[in-house]
Amino acid sequence: MKKLLAIFLLAVSGVQAAAAVEIQDVTSPGGIKAWLVEEHSIPFVSLELRFKGGGNLDLDGKRGATNLMTGLLEEGTGDLDSRAFAKARDSLAASFGFDVGADTVSVSARFLTETQDQAMGLLHQALVAPNFDEASLERVRQQVLTGIRSSQTDPNDIAGREFALQVYGDHPYATPYEGTAESVTALTRDDIVTAHKNALALDRVYVSAVGDITAEQLGTLLDKLLAGLPETGAPAPGPATLTFDGKTTVKPFETPQSVALFAQPGMERDDPDYFAAYILNQILGGSGFDSRLMTEVREKRGLTYGIGTYLIPRDYAELWLGQVASANDKVADAISVVRDEWSKLAKDGVTQEELDQAKTYLTGAYPLRFDSNAAIADILVGMQMDDLPISYVETRNDNVNAVTLEQINRVAAELLKPDELTFMVVGQPAGL
Amino acid sequence: MRAILKPMGLTLVLYATTASAQAEDVTTFTLDNGMDVVVIEDHRSQALTNMVWYRTGAADEPAGKSGIAHFLEHLMFKGTDKMAAGEFSATVAANGGTDNAFTSKDYTAYYQQVAADRLDLMLKMEADRMVNLQMTEQDVATERDVILEERNMRIENSPQALFSEQADAAQYLNHPYGIPVIGWRHEMEQLNQQDALTFYHQYYAPNNAILVVAGDVEPDQVRELANQYFGPIAPNPDLKPRVRPQEPPQLAERRLNFSDPRISQPYLVRSYLAPERNSGDQRQAAALTLLASLLGGDSTTSYLATKLQFDTQTAVYTSASYSGMSLDKTEFNLIVVPAQGVELADAEKAMDQAVADFIAAGPDPEDLERIKTQFRASEIYAMDSTNSRANRYGAALAIGLTVQDVQDWVPTVLDISADEIIAAAKTVLDRRASVTGFVTPSEPVTTGTEG
Repeated sequence: MKKLLAIFLLAVSGVQAAAAVEIQDVTSPGGIKAWLVEEHSIPFVSLELRFKGGGNLDLDGKRGATNLMTGLLEEGTGDLDSRAFAKARDSLAASFGFDVGADTVSVSARFLTETQDQAMGLLHQALVAPNFDEASLERVRQQVLTGIRSSQTDPNDIAGREFALQVYGDHPYATPYEGTAESVTALTRDDIVTAHKNALALDRVYVSAVGDITAEQLGTLLDKLLAGLPETGAPAPGPATLTFDGKTTVKPFETPQSVALFAQPGMERDDPDYFAAYILNQILGGSGFDSRLMTEVREKRGLTYGIGTYLIPRDYAELWLGQVASANDKVADAISVVRDEWSKLAKDGVTQEELDQAKTYLTGAYPLRFDSNAAIADILVGMQMDDLPISYVETRNDNVNAVTLEQINRVAAELLKPDELTFMVVGQPAGL
Repeated sequence: MRAILKPMGLTLVLYATTASAQAEDVTTFTLDNGMDVVVIEDHRSQALTNMVWYRTGAADEPAGKSGIAHFLEHLMFKGTDKMAAGEFSATVAANGGTDNAFTSKDYTAYYQQVAADRLDLMLKMEADRMVNLQMTEQDVATERDVILEERNMRIENSPQALFSEQADAAQYLNHPYGIPVIGWRHEMEQLNQQDALTFYHQYYAPNNAILVVAGDVEPDQVRELANQYFGPIAPNPDLKPRVRPQEPPQLAERRLNFSDPRISQPYLVRSYLAPERNSGDQRQAAALTLLASLLGGDSTTSYLATKLQFDTQTAVYTSASYSGMSLDKTEFNLIVVPAQGVELADAEKAMDQAVADFIAAGPDPEDLERIKTQFRASEIYAMDSTNSRANRYGAALAIGLTVQDVQDWVPTVLDISADEIIAAAKTVLDRRASVTGFVTPSEPVTTGTEG
């Protein structure tokens, strides 16, 4: 690969958007809301469910419970044990993905039109009545512990963990939602049952579907699929207080290439200046584009293979995060260039030419994202979670184009905080 | 829950319809100068993927120049006599598109995703850099630092990747598949402009390239534009047949012990030299594909999972994998991550016993049918991603398969019998042609000291 596409350590949300899809706002007879794009040319459906909350909902002393619970959803329900469930699913050629993040539990399903009812019946059982049997609990617990063990000696994981600890104070974001070896070892079946009730509730579910299904069919499907889930779940933790000391911290770890994360305060998704900040990030370190940091750190100096920055509006914190990896004898230079570029951008802003180029790229690339049923379903559910209207797909590019040079440079001066830009370096960096 | 299996008869009819629809929207032709063209129509959106594939990769490099195919891929963005360094990607971005490239052992490919009305410009630029590449010494020196950082990121910082390099080198006694795509570091450090240009002039030519355009396009339109831009480029008359040094009989199994303080979870890997897909002759590869699915495809229902993770708690993870998508002989791989307290040697014994039992008993008919059902459905799901389809056809043609071979693949897999799977297993799972690796932690170096 010539370019590094994505090596985010923290989940990136905040889907931007604009394209030629006809989105329907569907409410099921039972009151479940969903967005739908009908696409009847291929006989299958992509369905996305998102439950807000995720690992943030873990109770005190139960870190990792939501993660382990999510891993157990496909391990049997009713008469079906783990293997019988998987065989039933595969016999239908359906696929169900269950995933968890700090803010969200995600369920991604793909199923053929022909066997839709059976596939959804199976998924319903898994979501509403998982067995959480002891044998599966132990087996999946060991898998989670294996992952935790591996992450202890992975420089990227170490950097993410140490940085979160430093930035997020006592918020759940400060610790991995996978939990620690101790906390996961101590989890009981009751903890898993509680995590299930707390996380998978109707008051926090967002739904999108794309494919060979009508609005009426989707409504009926959703009522059956989600019947039996509790109306309400556990309360969310509330906003995090972030700390950026502006320093460079080194965590020594014997490896040839240092991994650096850097961050400063970000911006809320609904801020009126968000589009200006978004374009500013594109110019500074956005992907798919010759950003200033790619030009200065990689193209001119050969200090890295990839460097990127991301505006990350999480549910309870906003960061402007970046990442770079450089050989131990070069990472100090890379960091120095990043700090210089940060200050320069805060002081001098961007040029009209840079703004125009970024707008052309962003507005052109937006419709290209809508390139499969699965991708569209993902975008639609993300928009709902960000509280964006359906019309956003039409107005998004206009909003990008409406940003003026004056506005973006005001935002650059206000938002970029070189003194708060904080680095976490894992490796054996020379000169730091 | 048996009832849920009933309607499969209906879906079979459906699959057949879709498979033929898929064949209808793929058009292929060859320009007079030998350049192959594949057009995949998908009019769901107004976007397209444009790809130029070269039938050359890391396994075609001269001895001692490992990494030059990939290094050249980077340098292909450094300009021509008409375009400045970086201008190619900047132009794609200025047209609202994205671009990138990748190198494998057998091919190198360049692609753009862009609005369909920009195809003209993309083809013009790709044709330009097929023959007019230029670069400065300074660009070469800086980009060499970039690929060394890429090696740091992908390989040096990952003990698992370091071990894979060693295992590949042990698997191939003579064939260049034993050399890493990114290159050995000591050879990468010496790569220069002349090496890149020599490789470029030898392999970058229309008679060694495949154009794949997928998306909201018409075949006639692509034919016209391809003729306009690539048509005038002369073929390279000195292009030689792709014959690499082949493997001798492998008579001695190889065993590797690899330790690294950055490994926290021990695991074992077994690879066997295995045949690849060949044009008009894909049955053995299809049998091996099913064998991998049956043995270790699904993390819950596969044979290894059943024996090592459910019937006994020997492992926390097992897998079997195989892909026949290569020009020459490839590998069939098994991985076992043992449970806490289980020695690697015991896990290996359990793995070998399970494989032997599988071969003795033959595949469970229900398991085989379920896996074939998923293959049938994969034809439908594959229609959803134009990019994946472009990749599938491009990669196939780059390794000597044809459009027909691609379209025959799933029907061939569906036609494979249990006996053929067991026969393939008996032939390929031969310890003399295998590499077994034990990957373990070594004593960690005390953190907190400068190294």
